[in-house]
Amino acid sequence: MKALKFIFSGMLFGIIMIKSEAASWYRIQEMFRFQSFHMYGIISTAVLIGVLSILIIKKLKINDISGNKIVFPIKERGWRRYLLGGIIFGLGWALTGACPGPMFVTLGYGYLMMATVILSALAGTFCYGLLKDKLPH
Amino acid sequence: MIEFISQPWPWYVSGFLIAFVMILMILFGRTFGLSSNLRIICAACGAGKYSNFFDFDWRSQKWSLLFLAGAVLGGWISATFLIGDLPLQLSEATIADLATLNVQFDGALNPSQLFNIEFLLTIKGFILFIVGGFLVGFGTRYADGCTSGHAITGLSNLQLPSLIAVVGFFIGGLICTWFIYPLIF
Repeated sequence: MKALKFIFSGMLFGIIMIKSEAASWYRIQEMFRFQSFHMYGIISTAVLIGVLSILIIKKLKINDISGNKIVFPIKERGWRRYLLGGIIFGLGWALTGACPGPMFVTLGYGYLMMATVILSALAGTFCYGLLKDKLPH
Repeated sequence: MIEFISQPWPWYVSGFLIAFVMILMILFGRTFGLSSNLRIICAACGAGKYSNFFDFDWRSQKWSLLFLAGAVLGGWISATFLIGDLPLQLSEATIADLATLNVQFDGALNPSQLFNIEFLLTIKGFILFIVGGFLVGFGTRYADGCTSGHAITGLSNLQLPSLIAVVGFFIGGLICTWFIYPLIF
């Protein structure tokens, strides 16, 4: 049961990525060319609902299902890693048309060659782990 | 019902549901973020021997891998049970732009012209998928998050670092689309 709720949430996420077409290389190209509101609409609706929901959770001091206080992760201050890392990810996002979630979702959808993209992404994460102390953060 | 779900979803429905998944994960006492799975998989494969970045108790993050497995399953379910008859409604302007790069719009989720093994083995395919995948893996960890962790979770929690990361995503994406694509194709 414990495991099932995470698998179910992931499954829902996977279906959303396909049916919203957010996992489409075409849609990502369209977004970076500012030729449709589609992707911007998805992200801004999600953020708007997200901001309101988190505000409500904080105001009403809602606990999680185990009864624990919900702690929202605070991102470390600074800007270098976010800007530089963000730019590097953005380059890869436009090339592959897939961010980390959709990579796995489209693999399940039947694009078996996505397995090589996932392996490359793992190699990228591994290299970051090796180089991290030498990079500006 | 299945027919209704099988149509492409309007952006407001999709956006609402993405927020729903994020809230679900928060209520489960976890967070919504996909790219950390890449680090967890590296750790599970023994990368902790090479860098302390991967030297952590990855088993405590199993829930995240279960979510990821669910996402793969969700992709399969969409392809097997939720295929609609409508082609992707890509804007005319994008179709025309891609045509100048000799990429044809075929109405599918991804261009079949690019998403196949033969193309993967060309120089262009190498840049798109191998280099591209590497940059995604490297960049998301460097930036400490991807679209789900920063653009959705971080922005929803009003985190300034996440806004900086999202600005970075777009700088990278725009440079790639407008300056690098014409060089590749």
